[in-house]
Amino acid sequence: MSDAANRPAIDLPSGRSKGFVAAYGIWIAAIIALLVLPHIFSSGLALTTMSLMGMMIIFALSYNMLLGQTGLLSFGHAVFFGLGGFLTAHMMNAAEDGGGSLPLVVFPLVGGVTGLVSGIVLGAISTRRAGTAFAMISLGIGELVSSSALILRHFFGGEEGVSTNRTNLTHVFGISFGPQIQVYYLIAAWCFVSAVAMYALTRTPFGRICNAVRDNPERARFIGYDTYSVRFIAFSLAGLFAGVAGGLAAINFEIMNSAQMGATQSGSVILMAFIGGIGGFAGPIIGAILVTYLQVMLSDITEAWQLYFGLLFIGMVMFAPSGIAGLLARQLPLWQGRQLHKVIPFYVLALLPGLVAVVGLSMVVEMTYQLTVHAPDGPAMTFFHVPFDADTVIPWIIAIVLLITGTWLFLRAARMVGHSYGEAVLAARARRAAS
Amino acid sequence: MTSVAPALQLTGLRKRFGVVEIIRGVDLAIPSGERHAMIGPNGAGKSTLFHVISGHYRPSDGSIRLRGEEIGGMAPQLINRRGLSRSFQVTNIFPRLSVWENVRCATLWAMGYKYSFWRSVEKLADARQKTEEILTEINLLDRWRVPAGVLTYAEQRSLEIGLAIAGNADILLLDEPTAGMSHAETERAVALIRKVSEKRTLLMIEHDMGVVFGLADRISVLVYGEIIASDTPERIKANAAVQQAYLGTEVA
Repeated sequence: MSDAANRPAIDLPSGRSKGFVAAYGIWIAAIIALLVLPHIFSSGLALTTMSLMGMMIIFALSYNMLLGQTGLLSFGHAVFFGLGGFLTAHMMNAAEDGGGSLPLVVFPLVGGVTGLVSGIVLGAISTRRAGTAFAMISLGIGELVSSSALILRHFFGGEEGVSTNRTNLTHVFGISFGPQIQVYYLIAAWCFVSAVAMYALTRTPFGRICNAVRDNPERARFIGYDTYSVRFIAFSLAGLFAGVAGGLAAINFEIMNSAQMGATQSGSVILMAFIGGIGGFAGPIIGAILVTYLQVMLSDITEAWQLYFGLLFIGMVMFAPSGIAGLLARQLPLWQGRQLHKVIPFYVLALLPGLVAVVGLSMVVEMTYQLTVHAPDGPAMTFFHVPFDADTVIPWIIAIVLLITGTWLFLRAARMVGHSYGEAVLAARARRAAS
Repeated sequence: MTSVAPALQLTGLRKRFGVVEIIRGVDLAIPSGERHAMIGPNGAGKSTLFHVISGHYRPSDGSIRLRGEEIGGMAPQLINRRGLSRSFQVTNIFPRLSVWENVRCATLWAMGYKYSFWRSVEKLADARQKTEEILTEINLLDRWRVPAGVLTYAEQRSLEIGLAIAGNADILLLDEPTAGMSHAETERAVALIRKVSEKRTLLMIEHDMGVVFGLADRISVLVYGEIIASDTPERIKANAAVQQAYLGTEVA
């Protein structure tokens, strides 16, 4: 350009590759983590949990291609997960009957292709609209497909579902995929490849146009883009990756049933994406790991675990709509400006009464459970190993006092957190401006 | 008379909403390279006319020809791809995307990248260069990193123009580009509009008469959905009907 010389020195995006570590460091760290984790957490429960997490990471990332990237709130994303899983199970069974077959490692592709094809078919209908209409159509399609699972029994196997056996396919290098650790590595590999692919997708012309359509669909049309096509392609590709996750589920569980593609599963992925944070790529990964962990652990401790999930979800949407990733991202400028230590005491100050409130609340919930669902067992119960009777007054008073004082102190502390955060941001900014 | 088709030609154009007719038979031909201003009192239908031309609304009747080719009733993206681009009266940008991404997104279709999901957007040297050129032109290069939603109002108006010119359109529709700006900001905006319309055909809605008379080669006056006069600035000033309908109260 002619005026290049007198242009102010602005650090524009160069288009040149960053350093190797900057560009690939996080992915290499991810590979190492995926390889090492099963050696640190080697129990059977840990392996099945981590396998589940791997699938759910793919599923949640695929969901965020719609919600976070393109602004499409879908209530029926489990359809693609389920269809991908069912077809994978059927293909595995067919391959087994046919003798020689492809190795197991490629079967998630069956799920992916199924997800893509069903995404193309269902997307052609549902992505004609955006916003609330799209959300309603996705809900309808979700119900339609999961209820047809109980009608088309031949394909979906009715209530029992479709069973398969992952160990009967052609073994490569003597790997049978019998032990869970081998399945874990299979899932980890697919999780890694899918995550890289979905990340790369956000950095293509199409990925950026998805963001533009999310921000302002009307304007996108006036820069030459057909918003229907953009939504349609995003929907189909999201179906592909959800299908891969479903294929992995078929391999992992060796059974698929209609619950895998129902409203609960669709709701679960919304929960993961939202709790993790839909604003960035890392959010759904964090959400998938955390929600899966809580699902496994909480359901072990309490029968009311879904209720706690609901509360967590409401709390996140109300107080941290950008999710855990968003909360973490807000600490970054403080960390860079060396101000983080100033706010951490306030975080602790808010966290303690928050925990007290949660204890009070869960006491109320568990005592109610004891008196209603477990009424035949009598009022005797334990809470944090403390035995007492749920029909006496003292525990209720304690619970309500904990809940109310905890909440009150938490709200007060939250205000102080907001204040100190604001001050720390200013201090961090001043410090960076000075240097 | 010339055999070259006008850049934009409206013939008997009408737009009805139910029984209410907002555009009531507009005929207008804008030759290539002209700077044409559309003025008229509030509610005359200027913005509606822009919406009809740019494909936001379907015309109820009449024809819209872009370099001789009928575009009436086409979807906005199809009209945009044929080289007609527009800005909006109310700022209409991509608020969560950075200034850089806003402009780059607007360059992508014309560069032929369309829905490409198999190559990195960061490696597209031509899109990067074009984005830098546009940002230099609209004076927002030093703000490239900022989310567009937090720009100042005047900066957002500049970005609005940047989005309109990023895609190689040679016919530009600007809807009140200086509305709500301070005097100094208006001056900068006028300089920008003058520059970006040098090699383009411009049709602009504007209320600021200083801007209109300083910039336009020709002015059309729209009153109640009809063009009552279309002429050079001097003759528009002298036109009695125009003065009665519009200018008398606005220009002291």
